[in-house]
Amino acid sequence: MNHAYDVSHLLAGLMIVASFALLYQDRIFAVLNIFAAQAILLSMAVGWEAWTQQRPHLFITAALALGLKGIIIPVALHKMIVRLGVHRDIDQVVGVGKTLLIGLALTSLSLMLVLKVTATAESFTREGLALALAIILLGFLMMITRRNAITQIVGFMSLENGLILAATGARGMPLVVEVSVAFSVLIALFVFAVFVFRIRERFDSVDIEALEDVRGDTK
Amino acid sequence: MTGVDYSTAPQLAILLSGILLYAVAAVFAAMFHRHKSALAAVYPICIIAAAVTAGASLAALLADTHSGFRLPLGLPIIGLHVKLDALSAFFSLIVNLGVLTTAIYGMGLDRDRDLSGRVEPFFPAYALAMNLVLIAGDAFGFLFSWELMSLTSWVLVVSHHRDAGNRHAGHVYLVMAAIGTASLLFAFGGLAGASGNYAFDAIRAVPPGPLVSGLVLAGAIFGAGSKAGIAPLHAWLPLAHPAAPSHVSALMSGVMTKVAIYGLIRIVFDLLGTPVWWWALPFLLLGAATAVLGLLYAVLDHDLKRVLAYSTVENIGIIFVGLGMALAFRASGLTAAAAVAMAATLLHCLNHSWFKSLLFLGAGAVLHATGRRDFDGLGGLIHRMPVTAAFWLVGAMSISALPPFNGFVSEWLLFQAVLAGPQFPEPILRFMSPAVGAMLALAAALAAACFVRAFGIVYLGRPRSNEAAGAHETARPQQVAMALLAGLCLLGGLFGGVMVSAIQPLLQTLAGAPLPAVGTGPTPFSLVAFDAARSIYDAPTITIFLLISGTLTVMLVHRISSRRTRLGPAWDCGFPDPSPLTQYSASSFSQPLRRVYGSTVFGASETVDMPQPGDNRAARFTVRLHDYAWELLYAAPARAVLKMSERLNALQFLTIRTYLMLMFSALIVLLLIAAVWF
Repeated sequence: MNHAYDVSHLLAGLMIVASFALLYQDRIFAVLNIFAAQAILLSMAVGWEAWTQQRPHLFITAALALGLKGIIIPVALHKMIVRLGVHRDIDQVVGVGKTLLIGLALTSLSLMLVLKVTATAESFTREGLALALAIILLGFLMMITRRNAITQIVGFMSLENGLILAATGARGMPLVVEVSVAFSVLIALFVFAVFVFRIRERFDSVDIEALEDVRGDTK
Repeated sequence: MTGVDYSTAPQLAILLSGILLYAVAAVFAAMFHRHKSALAAVYPICIIAAAVTAGASLAALLADTHSGFRLPLGLPIIGLHVKLDALSAFFSLIVNLGVLTTAIYGMGLDRDRDLSGRVEPFFPAYALAMNLVLIAGDAFGFLFSWELMSLTSWVLVVSHHRDAGNRHAGHVYLVMAAIGTASLLFAFGGLAGASGNYAFDAIRAVPPGPLVSGLVLAGAIFGAGSKAGIAPLHAWLPLAHPAAPSHVSALMSGVMTKVAIYGLIRIVFDLLGTPVWWWALPFLLLGAATAVLGLLYAVLDHDLKRVLAYSTVENIGIIFVGLGMALAFRASGLTAAAAVAMAATLLHCLNHSWFKSLLFLGAGAVLHATGRRDFDGLGGLIHRMPVTAAFWLVGAMSISALPPFNGFVSEWLLFQAVLAGPQFPEPILRFMSPAVGAMLALAAALAAACFVRAFGIVYLGRPRSNEAAGAHETARPQQVAMALLAGLCLLGGLFGGVMVSAIQPLLQTLAGAPLPAVGTGPTPFSLVAFDAARSIYDAPTITIFLLISGTLTVMLVHRISSRRTRLGPAWDCGFPDPSPLTQYSASSFSQPLRRVYGSTVFGASETVDMPQPGDNRAARFTVRLHDYAWELLYAAPARAVLKMSERLNALQFLTIRTYLMLMFSALIVLLLIAAVWF
């Protein structure tokens, strides 16, 4: 039974590595590729859960993660960037070094917190939950340290990956909820897509600072 | 409050049918609010409903009924409890007698001038809401009816909404009502405790611990006290009470404040368990301060209805002192003295509802006849409105606690209780009771000064405006309403002993013992506080003595002086100037009091702007008063809220990334707290 834990921890750990890579990367296509890799890792992790816990309905979630986030969304975004002809490098608000340091701090915070709070729970749930929380926080961090609308989308979906990882680890989240989570990601994609098109139509850029100019905001 | 059996007594059934009639009247008036002839039926229906309900509650009070049942409405599981006991019945009597007389007054109102379709639907609804508060048997029903009462009275306050002052009054009232109800909500939450059962019977069965009961006490005093008008939460009363139509002002000031007192008695004496002596301290301190402060405001104000509202603040102070004394005596095991204090409190609630309604109705008659409420525009109305003047004088004498009227009975009983203060085992209470007694005595003297001033300025002298000069007597129904109330004031004064014996069972439950020596006096009408040897008020005897001595004095004066009636110019301080401005004015009357108390309590300052010799402009005399309660407790927080919201306004214009950053930092801070704490 022990290797079941080892494999799922390995996959979750790899997802965190992917999250750090997302934070580090400053080229859009590379970001998309890493995101796709993270989604594939997620589907593997969920699939492994489904296998070891004998919960076949989790395979659907795994398939959704693989199909939607691993293939369709990255490909769609890829095509969009080519069609829009936007700059392929990303403006970072906070430097890479600092971002990675903050990311480390967040990861250790989530480990400390979850391991401490859930001292009585069974060990897999605890560590899986800690890793999932770290992925969520890193996704959030990615959203606020990048100015590019596409990386914000990617950050949001990476956050969503963390949520799904936590949900499958937490023994028996009903499938209905998983489907709705998947759909919410899809809807978010639509919203963001429209949003991106709108920005470009008006300002020939997907830099969200352009949005702030039109509201007359101070920076 | 023990041994509640859930059967429906006939009194409760009749009471509920009366309450139902109020609902019918409200719905009827709302449906036909455009038909003037249909609206004329609203007040007669209210009169019938009030008579039925008052009769049923009197019967319930005399029979010491405990009755109630549970309806499958309201909160799930708990349901809606309806109950009637002697305490509810007593306050229901106050409410419905008030509604009865004010509805009679309402019948005589000028449909085109004084009323609008905005008043009639809400008058019965307001009466309904007050009745519902009294028969509520659980916290949910209580708070729901309480809010209904606030909202319906708020609608009546802003019924003349074109006046900016009324809108301001409505705003302040609404804010205060909301804060007060929130505070009561917390009090009931504390009472229900972990079990979460909000039915009064369940709360009574499990009294809270000492810390929680202190918090509940604070919540109840704040919540019910703000509705009753305890200082420093009184600031909405002089705004909202005068803004409503006068018969509604009478209900708000005379009756609704008593419903608030009912809530306080219900929580503190019934639900909160065995009293501890220090519970009395906030009541005594707040009550004494309120009594004096309310009258200082009243004696310096220039608006007839505002003066009456401030006087209500004073009377609530007296009632608070009575409650405090009753609590302290009961906690100290001195049940006989507790019964005296409680009897004084309950009687004062009843008496104040009568004379304050009477005074507000009289003020309404003056307002209708002259269109003015300010003292500087009134005067000489005793010749133009003799009936109103006579009844108002009765009200003024009652509120100034002069025998043989009812105000004296309750204040006398309260002073008897204060005089028993040296029996307290706790030194703080022993020390406080004479101090509180002295404050009450000061308040009584100030009340007399206030109403001598009000009566003198409004009814005596010469008219200070053309409107006052052209005033006319008020309509017949209004006179009937005032006559009823004045009669009640006199009867209450004469038969205090009888009234006290009627509330003996209620005193037994609230104070732990009935009055010790009822019926031991020399005549059946004597009111005996402790024993017939040292504390006895024999109203009929004193009345006869007053009549005889008064007649003799008048005869003697007429014998010694010339018997001829001479007609001459009114005394004008030696200035043969026909202008009414040369008369004593409201400000002149209160000037000595203003100089004594004003500079400390109100930060009063007087400035005289005297022109140089040769300069022919008029000299000006200006008095500036500060209302510290308003400035510190109302205006300052309001300014702070405004300033804060202006600062926070910047938050509306941040970048998307900053919003995300804020959320993220909040999340991280919460996670850090969780990581450190657990």
